[in-house]
Amino acid sequence: MAKVLEMPKLSPTMEEGQISLWHMKEGDPVGVDDLLAEVETDKATMEYRSFDRGTLLRILAPGGSVVRLGQPVAVLGAPGEDIAALLASLLGSSPVAADALPLAAAHPPSVADVVAAPPAGPAGDEPPTGRAKASPYVRKLARERGLDLGLVSGSGPGGRIVARDVEGLPEAVPAPAPRPESGVLAAPIARPLSMMRKAIARRLTESKQTVPHFYLTIDVDADPIWSLREQINADLAAAAHADAPVIKVSLNDLLVKASAIALARVPECNAEFTPEAILIHRRVDISVAVAVSEGLLTPVVRDADRKSVMAIAAEIRELSSRAKARKLAPSEMANGTFSISNLGMYGIDEFAAVINPPEGAILAVGQVRREPVLRGDAIVPGRRLKLTLSCDHRVVDGAVGAEFLRALRALVEHPTRILLA
Amino acid sequence: MTTRPPSDELHLELYRKMQLVRRFEEEAARAYAQGKIGGFLHLYIGQEAIAVGVSAALRADDYAITTYRDHGLALARGTSLRAAMAELHGKVTGCSKGLGGSMHFFDVEHGMLGGYGIVGGHIPIAAGTAFASKYRGEDRVTVCFMGEGAVSIGDFHEGLSLAALWKLPIVFICENNEYSMGTPLSRELSVEDVSTKALAYGMARDRFHCEHVLEVRERVAEAIERARLHSEPTLVEIRTYRFRGHSMSDPGKYRTAEEVEERKQRDPLPRSRGELEARGFGAALAALDEAVEAEVADAVRFAEESPEPGPELLEATTYSGPFAR
Amino acid sequence: MSQLRFREAVRAAMIEEMERDERVYLIGEEVGHYQGAYKVSEGMLERFGERRVIDTPITESGFTGISIGAAIVGLRPIVEYMTWNFSAVAFDQILNNAAKLRQMSGGQLRVPIVFRAPNGSARQVGSQHSHAMEHFYAHIPGLKVLAPATPADAKGLLKAAIRDDDPVLFMESETLYGVKGEVPDDPDFLVPMGQAAIAREGRDVTIVAWSRMVHVALEAAAVLAREGVEAEVIDLRSLRPLDETTIVASVRKTHRAVIAYEGWPYGGVGAEIVDRIQRLAFDDLDAPVLRTSFLDVPMPYNARLEQLVVPQASRIVEQVRKVLYRA
Repeated sequence: MAKVLEMPKLSPTMEEGQISLWHMKEGDPVGVDDLLAEVETDKATMEYRSFDRGTLLRILAPGGSVVRLGQPVAVLGAPGEDIAALLASLLGSSPVAADALPLAAAHPPSVADVVAAPPAGPAGDEPPTGRAKASPYVRKLARERGLDLGLVSGSGPGGRIVARDVEGLPEAVPAPAPRPESGVLAAPIARPLSMMRKAIARRLTESKQTVPHFYLTIDVDADPIWSLREQINADLAAAAHADAPVIKVSLNDLLVKASAIALARVPECNAEFTPEAILIHRRVDISVAVAVSEGLLTPVVRDADRKSVMAIAAEIRELSSRAKARKLAPSEMANGTFSISNLGMYGIDEFAAVINPPEGAILAVGQVRREPVLRGDAIVPGRRLKLTLSCDHRVVDGAVGAEFLRALRALVEHPTRILLA
Repeated sequence: MTTRPPSDELHLELYRKMQLVRRFEEEAARAYAQGKIGGFLHLYIGQEAIAVGVSAALRADDYAITTYRDHGLALARGTSLRAAMAELHGKVTGCSKGLGGSMHFFDVEHGMLGGYGIVGGHIPIAAGTAFASKYRGEDRVTVCFMGEGAVSIGDFHEGLSLAALWKLPIVFICENNEYSMGTPLSRELSVEDVSTKALAYGMARDRFHCEHVLEVRERVAEAIERARLHSEPTLVEIRTYRFRGHSMSDPGKYRTAEEVEERKQRDPLPRSRGELEARGFGAALAALDEAVEAEVADAVRFAEESPEPGPELLEATTYSGPFAR
Repeated sequence: MSQLRFREAVRAAMIEEMERDERVYLIGEEVGHYQGAYKVSEGMLERFGERRVIDTPITESGFTGISIGAAIVGLRPIVEYMTWNFSAVAFDQILNNAAKLRQMSGGQLRVPIVFRAPNGSARQVGSQHSHAMEHFYAHIPGLKVLAPATPADAKGLLKAAIRDDDPVLFMESETLYGVKGEVPDDPDFLVPMGQAAIAREGRDVTIVAWSRMVHVALEAAAVLAREGVEAEVIDLRSLRPLDETTIVASVRKTHRAVIAYEGWPYGGVGAEIVDRIQRLAFDDLDAPVLRTSFLDVPMPYNARLEQLVVPQASRIVEQVRKVLYRA
């Protein structure tokens, strides 16, 4: 049975190692304690010796590569063993997959966190009345007696009001109404954080703190896409028969397909930032935000540019219902390349969404508004729709974002192109 | 010197213990490389015959104390593989409840009074357990293991000085593996014969190469008898060699591969195996090896599946009584 | 009750506990035939013999380690250093063995041992013999540190320390050995660790002190009384565990505090007390908490300069005036 050799821990503090030299080549027999390679750690160049015997079938991390602890560096097995499936599974398990899980387990609190949790501090100290400098004891007296320290002159250093300056002063009459402090009614309701809420908090905070967002909004003519959708749904209802359930196509389904086509045309928006390089994805996998009882999930429609609108509609229906039932597998929410979030059904005209890392952009869809529009020289009733693109400026520049929105507008305003593409 | 030929059963048992330690250490190294063990890991591979041979010469109620290279001694004295492996994994089922780690194996029930991390600091402690035996009029003996790297530090001098002055029942075992971390003997000490240090204290001494586990047992038994019957200390220097680095983060550049290979030819473990094979115990050895593999595998599984210690242990193990803050 | 000097009270505690418990013994330099460098153990060799009153060569690390070793297998040693200054060469034994063995053995071992010696300034003994070592040791979890000021507390606390199952460091003072006081004769008279005493009641300011400095603080309080200031003097007695309840209760009453002690101003027990006051009595403070300590230099030999470095009653009075905004 072939065995994956992983980057070993060769020092107490190492997190990654660089293979500086392989002492074996593919096909070489390996014995226990044989020198496989030299590894440069944070401390020294160390020998990487084998714990097992076999034949070195494949070197996955050639000399010079930097590999994180526990990640594969080579495959050991019997001579001639078929390791194609093993290699495929290794390539499929990119580190991004684990990180992109919205429900990825939060890091368990370490013992140090538990032990070092700070004790409750002293009761919140109110700011001194006015700008008076006063000792903590004087402030307490002032609170208790309702004294206005702005009226007291301090005899301490730098004009500090000290106890002797207020002792003997009459209490203010009437005393100001006590502020609600920690009575039951004034206390907030504490709702414990679910795992999903923690994941959302962590990922979106990370996004807003580390991703430089900017926003581009277009207001498109929604009459054509609205009419097209009505026509499709009328045709589908007419063609429905007892054996097949009625499928309806939503505006969102059309926008997912339209965005996918626009992304295929402007792939720079279907991209991801990494410190080493911008990764332009070859596939268009669109994450669709679905509100669920505890928060938000983002199932992914794979290869959306290559699927029909009908297929997309059916898939989104199916993914949403499983999302609400919390039956999605983590892999179904991982590795999107672009997101769409739609709050139109809540009556929102327009909004700016937070990017879902490591994706490079997200499209926020508002409601279709009925309003007077200019057609030729006439003001007629019409429909408009606002679409806002949030971009990671490290990946998508303004001109590129505008280019995507131009392509998207062309599709939405001439929606038969969505069906023909 | 005429000695009775040792029984084959004893030899088989000591072989089993050496093999147990060797395989434990190899699996510890594997677990370390997999990131399942943290901190430092100092392996005893190559030196097994010393802890096993000395332990075979001790009585169950004798005290033993050693340095941070302590796994071999704990296992030789009877600490279970499970408790030892769990300790390395930082689990509450470990011999020190996961609070000590590799360098601090403690098993009072088996007279293993600890692995100590400050070089030489445990030598006076060992003299102290011997002092207690004498104070109480008991005939328990203490054995104190150290490397030759400890010989230069002050506590070696104070510990041996007082042990000799007060005639304490103790045997100091200096495991001279020729390297104090990366510094060879020639650059650590002005004398090559460490046992001569005993002369200045008027202390008995012995010195030999660790080539056979039975020889270790016999030679150290003489010193133990001197402590038990006459309450006199001995310094025993045993020349040995570690096949692995000082710790897992030691690249070992200070010695040549040829030197290590040459020393592996004198490894007492295969030597015992070869002798026992020649005496017709091939089948028994195979069975022992198989049992050792099963025990080691069980220990690894136990360690991995065991729970971690909780924070409630921290204060309770800092003071015996109420916490002092 | 008997009138005893401080050194006699310490001796009485040791004798009573050694008579009570065969496992207790005294070990150190000059404790036997010489009768004790400061005559604390005078007569004990004759009483208990060489097995239990043990003279050592000059090997602080050695006999400290030996005693820790004896303690983990069931004896209950009393280790005397000629002065706490010399414990510095045994610091590794105290830090890495006495304070750690219980935890790193997963609770299998306990270390019932008492280390005792005179501490702090004496008279013109120079920089290497004038250390206030309690600050180093009180920092270390696993240890307990006591510093009594009176003969009665010396006896009661030392007896409690000898009966305790954890390592206890007991700070005496060369300049206190001759101080006389009433001491209970009851062989079971114990002073519990972790409880401060009010040495003088007052309402205007709290002065916290321990060991020899309690007497200096009382001197300062007498001066202040003539100015109409009633100082409350707290004798901590125990530095770890520290009786923060008594300190906080006093500060809540007086609203001002001065800590008076031997030792340097950077960090240490004095700074720890200030931290607890500001955390636990913040709203009751009318002034920042001030300290009177050694000046931040090694101890000079010259008598006049030594007096400058060691806290005097006049320096405590000065700090009290500052917290009362009278300076």
